[in-house]
Amino acid sequence: MKVELKIFRFNPETDKKSRFDTYKVDAEPTDRVLDSLMHVYRNEDGSLAFRKSCAHGVCGSDAMRINGKERLACKTLIQDVADAEGDTILIEPLRHMTVQKDLMVDQSEFLERFKKVSPFLIPLEEAPEKGEYIQSQIQRDAIDDATKCINCGACYSACPILETNPDFLGPAALVHASRFIYDSRDKGLDTRLEILDQPNGVWACDSHFECTRVCPRGIKITKLINMTKREIKKRKGE
Amino acid sequence: MDFDYEVLIVGAGGAGLYAALEASRTGKTAVLTKVYPQRSHTGAAQGGIGAALGNVEEDKPEWHAFDTVKGGDYLVDQNAALILADDAVRAVYDLENRGLPFSRTEEGKIDQRRFGGHTRNFGEGPVRRACYAADRTGHMILQTLYQQCIKNEVAFYDEFFVLDIMMDGDTPTGLIVFELATGKVRTFRAKVILFATGGFGRMFKITSNAYSNTGDGPAILARNGIPLMDMEFFQIHPTGIRDMGILITEGVRGEGGILYNSQGEAFMKRYAPTMLDLAPRDMISRAIMTEIFEGRGIKGNRKIDDYVYLDASHLGRKKVEEKIPDIAEFCRTYLDVDPADAPMPVQPTAHYAMGGIPTNIDGQVWTGEKQYMGLYAAGECACVSVHGANRLGTNSLVDLVVFGRRAGQHIAEYVKDAPTGQADSDKAAWWEDRIEKLKSSRGNHPGEIFDSMQETMMGKVGVYRTGSEMEKAVKSLQDLRLAYENVSVHAKAENFNAEVQTVLELGNLLDLALHTAASALNREESRGAHSRDDFPERNDEDWLKHSLSTLKENKVTFRYRAVDVHKWEPKPRVY
Ligand SMILES: Cc1cc2nc3c(=O)[nH]c(=O)nc-3n(C[C@H](O)[C@H](O)[C@H](O)COP(=O)(O)OP(=O)(O)OC[C@H]3O[C@@H](n4cnc5c(N)ncnc54)[C@H](O)[C@@H]3O)c2cc1C
Ligand code: SF4
Ligand code: FES
Repeated sequence: MKVELKIFRFNPETDKKSRFDTYKVDAEPTDRVLDSLMHVYRNEDGSLAFRKSCAHGVCGSDAMRINGKERLACKTLIQDVADAEGDTILIEPLRHMTVQKDLMVDQSEFLERFKKVSPFLIPLEEAPEKGEYIQSQIQRDAIDDATKCINCGACYSACPILETNPDFLGPAALVHASRFIYDSRDKGLDTRLEILDQPNGVWACDSHFECTRVCPRGIKITKLINMTKREIKKRKGE
Repeated sequence: MDFDYEVLIVGAGGAGLYAALEASRTGKTAVLTKVYPQRSHTGAAQGGIGAALGNVEEDKPEWHAFDTVKGGDYLVDQNAALILADDAVRAVYDLENRGLPFSRTEEGKIDQRRFGGHTRNFGEGPVRRACYAADRTGHMILQTLYQQCIKNEVAFYDEFFVLDIMMDGDTPTGLIVFELATGKVRTFRAKVILFATGGFGRMFKITSNAYSNTGDGPAILARNGIPLMDMEFFQIHPTGIRDMGILITEGVRGEGGILYNSQGEAFMKRYAPTMLDLAPRDMISRAIMTEIFEGRGIKGNRKIDDYVYLDASHLGRKKVEEKIPDIAEFCRTYLDVDPADAPMPVQPTAHYAMGGIPTNIDGQVWTGEKQYMGLYAAGECACVSVHGANRLGTNSLVDLVVFGRRAGQHIAEYVKDAPTGQADSDKAAWWEDRIEKLKSSRGNHPGEIFDSMQETMMGKVGVYRTGSEMEKAVKSLQDLRLAYENVSVHAKAENFNAEVQTVLELGNLLDLALHTAASALNREESRGAHSRDDFPERNDEDWLKHSLSTLKENKVTFRYRAVDVHKWEPKPRVY
């Protein structure tokens, strides 16, 4: 089928204003949106800037807004976003991050916030002399959802809180915090409390569920944030 | 020089990150990566990492080493295989202790599952050796190592595309790098350089590999006179999603998944009566292609684009969701097939580079004749060699952590009194000029060359190979390399000019494709993944040796290196 890609264009080094360029492409309904972007890049306009790598939804490179919703271009099929011949697919960069060029956004601040929650194991006890820490299947299940995060930034872009409070840590960082808080091998909340128990930490979240709705890995982000809130209250004896 | 370090690691996948963790203990270390570290392809690895922990049934490192040697059709260096299997146990525990969330057994230990070619007691039957974290083992390894690097404050240069190496004679002195954000050519000084740039599956049309897997490391070193080893051995994984190549992990068969042809026959019993669907990858890929060529593919058209079924539906929904959740999701997303209900259409997909930069067991570049001081390689771009003619599933992740770590440790010692050489600064100017010319000339678009290379490799240097077809492949690749000289980029911008990078990556792929095709044509026998119609037998007398290829003036020439077979004598390989 034929579809139109209406793509956000902006190069801060040369453009005063952003614009949309439209490309007509031939695509199978089962093609990925990424395939169409690659087609444009390879055959029509090599200046179009976007990130990609794995092409099957596991590296987090190509998060962008497609028809107004945060998605991975490689995990979105044409048929998911276009119904009829000639339909237009609107493609824009993620929000809350500065546009570097076209669909590429500056992820450094986003990644800095993720680093703030100490996203690594802080062991509860010294590692066994030889062998593994013992962790039951149930304990392992407690962190399963959070370990799926690929840091794509979709949730960060979709978060309505960041619109009015740009200093909010953001959903992805909180997912990583919970990844460790609930790991039976980790000291959990103690070292992370200082950053999480802040107006711009967990308490800024108002449970809008937008992050949960867009996460391409299906992580129940809002639920994890709420669990962390409860854990903090418990710790403080509230 | 723009940047000054002691150690430079090129690549932030499992191999690079592990090496960086170790090297940074004593040397001032930076990691350069062309994609953000967390986007490295190690994150796509699914099924597991092999280690003889013996958590669910008896197992021994020696069995693991033997399986590795036999799986590689005896082209594996046996000392390296023994180290791989021994260190694997420790490496897996180390990763767990650093936070990796493995799937667990009832008793809370690391769980293990079956994988192709993993056997107990030297081939008696399958053994559970693959440690796993659902079907995102690589994701967890990458995350865990990256987290450790954050903890240890390793310096990263993200989206820095390495163009070339600077040398003083045979000693590395630094790197020349294209900074994507600014389009500037940068120079980095160092005494030690390690390449961990991953695979190069993008030279094939159907591949499980990321867009970024373009073999830059081996291509750069080859252009600087270092021969590449065993380039003819490229693994074609039997089960990629039809037409797309997205990998369906061998773990699916490890959990009990079965391959079927159009007649509903579980055909592996005819090819590997003992190991069945858990035979090594080369054998299964050949079995599938034989079924297809004999008209028993699902379409029945006897063509290379036909496919077979991989069925996991009998495992039940609970097991599918628990053990292979990501695979289930891929199938639902891309095929509208739910593997808990219906079989998955699969076909072989280009997957893993078994050849690459020749190294010794400490990651030092070593051709067998010459050892380079200060120059290292690890991970998929390197060739130790532990994979020989066919890599066993889960051994790549083992390779990364074992040899990435060993290389890092060796560097940590070496760097203490490593010499500083004279950097060759003319080279940087040459690259600036080259990029300028790419932008200012009016040449062809690279798209056609790309497609043509990928089709040539898939069709002529794939699962089954013949001399006459490979001759044609070599000829076309030589022509493509000539045509490539007239390619230009259309985008003129300085900042984020990905087209410049894409064109240079294509150049690297073309070089490696020619190394691969010429090496395959040169090796007149069948061994592991290298299977020739015109030389159907393994020939130990003439070919029990590693090939070292050098590409100069569009021609490839060969030298050889002996294989270490000190422990197990080569035997016919049956499963
Ligand atoms: C889909 C899939 C599933 C797999 N499953 C398994 C499995 O279950 N078990 C197993 O053992 N193996 C598996 N493998 C194989 C294994 O994942 C890879 O071989 C391994 O991850 C490679 O790691 P690496 O560290 O060598 O390189 P990569 O992880 O590929 O990283 C390469 C790094 O080099 C950088 N780089 C490359 N070129 C340049 C340049 N010019 N300049 C700067 N940086 C550069 C990249 O940015 C990246 O950071 C799988 C592979 C695939 C594709
Ligand atoms: S939580 Fe989901 S949406 Fe947010 S960064 Fe992780 S994977 Fe992306
Ligand atoms: S390209 Fe990796 S997630 Fe889309």
